[in-house]
Amino acid sequence: MSSSPMISVKGLTKTIGGQHILRGIDLEVAQGETLVIIGRSGSGKSVMLKHLIGLMTPTSGEVCLEGRQIVGLTERELLPLRKTVGMMFQGCALFDAMTVEENVAFPLYEAGLRDPAEIHAKVAAALEVVDLTGHEQKLPVNLSGGMKKRVAMARVVVAQPHCILYDEPTAGLDPIVSDSINHLIRRLQKRFGVTSVVVTHDMKCAGHVADKVAFLNEGTIYFDGAFDALMASRDSLIQDFVEGRSGDTD
Amino acid sequence: MLILRFIGSSALSLFGYLGELLFLMLESVRSLATTPIRWRLALRQILEVGFRSQLVVLVTGAFTGAVFAAQTYFQFHRLSMETAVGAVVAVSMFRELGPVLTGLMVAGRVGAAMSAEIGTMKVTEQLDALRSMGVHPVDYLVVPRLIAMVISMPLLVGECVAVSIAAGQFVTVKLMGVSEVYYVAYMLKFTALRDLEMALTKGFFFGIVIVFVACNEGLKAQEGAVGVGRATTEAVVTSSLMILIANFFLTMVLNIFFPAGV
Repeated sequence: MSSSPMISVKGLTKTIGGQHILRGIDLEVAQGETLVIIGRSGSGKSVMLKHLIGLMTPTSGEVCLEGRQIVGLTERELLPLRKTVGMMFQGCALFDAMTVEENVAFPLYEAGLRDPAEIHAKVAAALEVVDLTGHEQKLPVNLSGGMKKRVAMARVVVAQPHCILYDEPTAGLDPIVSDSINHLIRRLQKRFGVTSVVVTHDMKCAGHVADKVAFLNEGTIYFDGAFDALMASRDSLIQDFVEGRSGDTD
Repeated sequence: MLILRFIGSSALSLFGYLGELLFLMLESVRSLATTPIRWRLALRQILEVGFRSQLVVLVTGAFTGAVFAAQTYFQFHRLSMETAVGAVVAVSMFRELGPVLTGLMVAGRVGAAMSAEIGTMKVTEQLDALRSMGVHPVDYLVVPRLIAMVISMPLLVGECVAVSIAAGQFVTVKLMGVSEVYYVAYMLKFTALRDLEMALTKGFFFGIVIVFVACNEGLKAQEGAVGVGRATTEAVVTSSLMILIANFFLTMVLNIFFPAGV
């Protein structure tokens, strides 16, 4: 791994409508590393992920992507930087007017590729990776939740980004599809050295893909370290989360 | 004091809204100047905006022309001026009714669809997906619609006016029994190319109003299905009102370049 971080966040705060979502986040993700961000619903995980590629503007703080400070850049200045980063959205965010093939081909077309044969070959390869060969002409409305996730995954990997941000990649999927998504995240890191940031509630996913884990609680990083250290923690807040204890009784 | 506060806050929100539209316009001009135009998307929008709006516009034009001719005939007949009905219908349709009615119909049909589509993309994170792939939403969504609208609207206005004149002529000549020769002669005498130019110019500007209002409402849609519904309603109401208001100012300004009755 290279010493310069792929992503560096310092003192990141975000306030929306008087509510403090993020309260001074500091973290670094090294090149080729997979960081898993866990935390309860509403703890600011997805908001933080969006700040990493400038989809949201922080109230204060710094975000550096591949060594470049992105806070303060205009939308047009951010566009070329985002082409090296892929993001898989929680709701998949597939373009519902496009077929599976058109969705996956979209980043290639936008990158300037025009040769239909080359685009078709790359799309076919990406769909094969996520085991969706034969579904090219379907519209997103005709796909199951798991298939949508996999199309979203194919759309991300087809552009061969340096870094991929995953927002709940296994949410709502059956255990087998979840497992295949986890293996794919790990495979991309091992084979291509892709840096990944994964936001999830799924502890199995976290355990499978994480090089390190950040536990977000009430807008701050409550824990930052290895997955094994998280699981071994005696902190009650962490234990409640990893074991899924609400404290409620029947 | 309350009244002053109300006036002040209304003025502020109006200027804020106009600022949003201005910002979107400047971003679109910048996009047109610096980014390759997505002609395939623009052509698809021309099909949606122009081709598929024809039925609505033709029906509106035909029945407005017919009823306008009939009412004018009923009034002019008492003064034995029924041969002037064609001139009144043609000039009115060219200079005012054609562009405004086409604008209102297109605002209802296309403006609503644009804001609903873009609003849905916003609330389902499809806009964020575009941005995350390095694509500016204005380049991809607004500019192709702008191009489609400025091409389609003048053509739709022309169609609306043509069919309204034909319908007016049918009612006056075939149903009311006015001499066709006099009807056509007076119509041609009082109608000039500048009337057509005014109609097309107004159509062009109304197209710009519709596209920016609709896209702006879609781009700022929030709160799921309720937000999309609100954006759609706002797009139709605001663009319709802006067409009616802009029509007055356009009439005053364009009359300098295309004077009436000269």
